[in-house]
Amino acid sequence: MKIRNRDEVGQKNELNMTSMIDIVFLLLIFFVMTFKIVELEGDFSVRMPLAGSGGAPDPTELPLKLRLQADANGKLTTMSLNEINLGTDFDKLRGTVISLIGTEAPIEGEEGPEIEIDTDYNLRYEYVIRSITAVSGYKDGDEVVKLIEKIKFAKPRT
Amino acid sequence: MRVKAKKVDLAEGDLTPMIDMTFQLIAFFMVLINFAQTESNDRVKLPSSQLVKPPEVALEFPIILHVAQDGEIILGGDDYTAETLRVGLRKEIAVIEAEGKSIDDANVVIRAHKDTAAGDVQEVIRVAQDQKLENFALRVKEDRS
Repeated sequence: MKIRNRDEVGQKNELNMTSMIDIVFLLLIFFVMTFKIVELEGDFSVRMPLAGSGGAPDPTELPLKLRLQADANGKLTTMSLNEINLGTDFDKLRGTVISLIGTEAPIEGEEGPEIEIDTDYNLRYEYVIRSITAVSGYKDGDEVVKLIEKIKFAKPRT
Repeated sequence: MRVKAKKVDLAEGDLTPMIDMTFQLIAFFMVLINFAQTESNDRVKLPSSQLVKPPEVALEFPIILHVAQDGEIILGGDDYTAETLRVGLRKEIAVIEAEGKSIDDANVVIRAHKDTAAGDVQEVIRVAQDQKLENFALRVKEDRS
């Protein structure tokens, strides 16, 4: 008796991929829609107890006073450090801080100089951060040289 | 003359490279996806600074305050003003104290929009100081340029 080979020669057994591709595309769309590039963030740590709660301030260690003035649009117009007018140049501010406190040894913890930032109410926060950056230190290659770590704000101007 | 009907075959492309690429894309997005974005807020664009680096250890007991451009404060998904922020801070402090910690352990993280008024940020700090909070972290974006 002749037995016929029921499978045709050369025919492939193919899986139906449609449903899998559907799911895969759904997953892909989900991940693309929820994807968000995470920006790296860091902190300027500031310890600011309420004025008067930390005992009487030592009159021999008066803080440096940085005054920031703004125009009506919140743009920085002038900066002055201990009455030294610096215009709007943050590099000049950093240079003045270095000349006032020196850079002989890196300052650690509570023993370093202090700066008080007195800003106009409507000054944009970005300028405050730029001034904090300028007085906190500078980058020397990949190393960060620290200048002033104790930062506080004066009372808000109304 | 008799015309033979031609048998029409479905043209099937080879899907293998496309599926390979799609799986690679899915793997890429799966690895990079970050579900824990509770610290960020769409209304806040941080200023940048070259000096900051991402902290190696996370802050203990952070109280994250977002300050939007218009001065509105967002704490734990609720909106506050400088006048009403005290209520929100008290809730956070109650949680910290319920865990057996003191206020000194709390860190107030201020994520303020770069164009917000500096005075609004100062007001936030003043209100937090009134609640005996002392440790503040001004959060900024790392500038690698």
